[in-house]
Amino acid sequence: MTPSVLAGLTGAALVGLGFYGLILHPHPLRKLLAFNLIGSGVFLVFGIVARRGAAAGFRFDPVPQAMVITGIVVAFAASAIAVALILRLSMESRNVTLDPEVWTRPNGGGAT
Amino acid sequence: MAELGTTTPGGYLLVLAILLPLGGMMLSFTPGGRWAERIALGSTPFGFALACAIAFDVGRSGKPIVYAVGGLAPPLGIALRADGISAVMLVAAAIIVAAAAFYARAKFATPEGVRESRSSLTYWIMLQAIWAALTIIFVGGDLFNLYVALELLTFAAVPLVCIDGRPETLAAALRYLLFALFGSISYLLGVALFYGAHGTLDIPLLAQRVQATPVVWTAAALMTCGLLAKTALFPLHLWLPPAHANAPAAASAVLSGLVVKGSFFLTLRLWFYVLPALPAEKIAIVLGCLGSAAIIAGSIVALRQARLKLLIAYSTVAQIGYLFLVFPLAAGAQSWSAIGWSAGVMQILAHAFAKAAMFFSAGLLAEALGHDQIAKLGGAARVLPLTFLTIALGGLSLMGLPPSGGFSAKWLMLQASAASGQWLWTLPVLGGGLLAAGYVYRILAPALSDERISLVSSPRRSQEVVALALTIIALALGFAPQAFFDFLEIGRPLAVRLP
Amino acid sequence: MSVLPVLDVVLASLVIGVALFTIAARDLFASVVGYVAYGLLLAFVWIRLYAPDVALTEAAVGSGVTGVLLITAGKRLGALKNAAPEMRPGLSLKILTGVLAALVAGALGAAILMLPDPPPSLAPEAAAAASGAGAGLENPITAVLMSYRSFDTMLEKIVLILAVVGVWSVGANKAWGSAPAPLRQSRPYAPMVLLAQTLAPVGVLIGIHIFWTGADAPGGAFQGGALLAAMWMVTMMARLAEPPRIDAQWLRMAMVAGPAVFLVTGLAGGVLAGSFFAYPPGIAKPIILAIEAFMVLSIATALPMLVAGPPSERPDQ
Repeated sequence: MTPSVLAGLTGAALVGLGFYGLILHPHPLRKLLAFNLIGSGVFLVFGIVARRGAAAGFRFDPVPQAMVITGIVVAFAASAIAVALILRLSMESRNVTLDPEVWTRPNGGGAT
Repeated sequence: MAELGTTTPGGYLLVLAILLPLGGMMLSFTPGGRWAERIALGSTPFGFALACAIAFDVGRSGKPIVYAVGGLAPPLGIALRADGISAVMLVAAAIIVAAAAFYARAKFATPEGVRESRSSLTYWIMLQAIWAALTIIFVGGDLFNLYVALELLTFAAVPLVCIDGRPETLAAALRYLLFALFGSISYLLGVALFYGAHGTLDIPLLAQRVQATPVVWTAAALMTCGLLAKTALFPLHLWLPPAHANAPAAASAVLSGLVVKGSFFLTLRLWFYVLPALPAEKIAIVLGCLGSAAIIAGSIVALRQARLKLLIAYSTVAQIGYLFLVFPLAAGAQSWSAIGWSAGVMQILAHAFAKAAMFFSAGLLAEALGHDQIAKLGGAARVLPLTFLTIALGGLSLMGLPPSGGFSAKWLMLQASAASGQWLWTLPVLGGGLLAAGYVYRILAPALSDERISLVSSPRRSQEVVALALTIIALALGFAPQAFFDFLEIGRPLAVRLP
Repeated sequence: MSVLPVLDVVLASLVIGVALFTIAARDLFASVVGYVAYGLLLAFVWIRLYAPDVALTEAAVGSGVTGVLLITAGKRLGALKNAAPEMRPGLSLKILTGVLAALVAGALGAAILMLPDPPPSLAPEAAAAASGAGAGLENPITAVLMSYRSFDTMLEKIVLILAVVGVWSVGANKAWGSAPAPLRQSRPYAPMVLLAQTLAPVGVLIGIHIFWTGADAPGGAFQGGALLAAMWMVTMMARLAEPPRIDAQWLRMAMVAGPAVFLVTGLAGGVLAGSFFAYPPGIAKPIILAIEAFMVLSIATALPMLVAGPPSERPDQ
């Protein structure tokens, strides 16, 4: 089993684990953690694609690796926005919940 | 095929169209304050001019405009391409963004006495970011480039949902963000598999190399799931109604009218431009069934809403369902697939204009009456005639009554269903029209009654006119000539089925 | 070498094990710490995949700065002391989700095993373009990021700025214009202050070095910028510096500098080099390094602002 295949299967396992956590955990911060796990699994898949593209004197294909670097930064930015929303939500209300029944009250509104 | 990788004259317009709102964003951010709205408003005419120039160029040459960024052709470089549907969407986006900018001056202009305010700066920067992201989505030719554009779109749309800071909007924004992030990461995983299988992410090149292998099917499924979550197709639509209903009207109009169309546009690009060679009939039927479920379920729930903005949001869920009927109706290279294609694009445009106008009207109504409870709308049409005229005309398009863009779209869908022998799809089209008539009636019937009602405040005439103008465009689309539908076919690859 | 396969299997098992812990841990804080450890282990996996640039980025941004973000979030949430008790999901939901997750992982694993052989690759094209469009850069990843796919990189910088505005927009109306809350509530311990005072200058030098050598060796603007950002955050955590006001003109200009210079250079390329985002041959490498320098500035200011959060009125919020 080459390192690429092993890393690829690890990536697949991480995507599955993260998916499990994303759906099951009620707390949004745990969901965010699970989403980051999925993200790193996806980046691993890019990584093995890059490693398998070894050719022409390079030990790897640089294009997927560049995409991973871009992806890591974008994923961090996403986490930052999610954290800001989660913190603000918990400051404003006691329940940090995403349950829509709580928020689509029939007499809600006043937004124009 | 090689010509789709080399720059055509006129290709520079694509780069300018992207850089205009991006530059505007950065210029709005640095000095901040009142400059944000000046730059945003000031750039809309230029963006509209660029979009029209692109449309004119595509129409005149009859072929897509191409630009290889950096002079480097794909697969190593990135290419931008504008074909018929790109050009049409660019013009539509420019108009709706301009209308939203004009409408939003009332609420989001920086208030007197303050150098810079939170909601103002946020709105103007996010609006320009959405415009930039959509431009890239409409002309992007590389799947990873489109991923970054999708993220830009999400990061711009989410803060607009919670721009007024109420807890329910924060929860709706967070839910939207999580759905959207799930969508992006699923899309990205599909991109990884495509690259691993074929070594390129350029759309025409990929289309040449793609084979019906399990890897490709997995990648296509992942990307489609992700895009469906972002487009709020049933059953992944749960995030949309709270988000669009609780956002301010200037934001909801753009969110419902344009933002969800961005990810739908990419779904079209995936199935009709990258994967036309795949035997995808079953997938088309699945998407059509989900779309039909969205039409019926969304309309029924809309009928039961107590708040106007929630009704309009559920109507969006239903109208998005119509969009997915394009997959079974436009597949393949038969004579009726052009009809189905025209139907899909006409539905995008008609819904974008009509829904934006309706959200503007709902906003005006809520401000003028102090609430948006449908039960308490008695007699409101007397005191807000222009607003209710807009709602009525917009409703005409949503129901699919002539003359309107909505009628054109549904008529074309019925034609395509009949010509292709897929009679099944006529049921949701007709049923959805009836249900839409139901919920539009729910809004208009009490408003047209004889009750007396008083206004809390008078709406601004300029805002009412903007909403009316958008709804008139939705109606005018119903008069689109055949040349318009031929224009939409420019650049669309015909299916070349694998043996 | 016969020990490497064993090492690989051990590494993979550790990564999955720590990831399992992150999902299964009851306590939020333990879960976040597990995630940071997971990120560092992942950096080793990247080294085994011959991706040192990615390993650096993963260690710096993916696990480092993200870890600070999540730990700070956990602490601020804990300080609010208003959490309602969480609902535990039922067993049937757990089993259903577990089966679904296993299916997803299985399908993905199968797809990975079925990737074609010989694998397609753009490495030969990249090698061929290295002296032309690649500006003679010896690090092919920098060539991809700054030349072949520079449009993506510019967009990504703009995404960062947009995220900062998004984070700022979540603050209270009254607080707009002021500074975010300090990264640390209480007075830091003396060893922490000492660490910040000694580490920060060294870290800044290393960060600049990593950016500079990124042209020809592993490294680059993102990695260097992330390190500089980390040093600023360390000084803020030691209360030797405080987060700046968000309406500070220098802050806004520093954040916008990277993408703005990138955009202007791209536009100029249309006039001077025949195509937007192309570089005039001969002076391509210095131009790229100049753009990267501004990018480092932008990244070093944007990342800590993303961690610091929205502006707050009371200094000890």
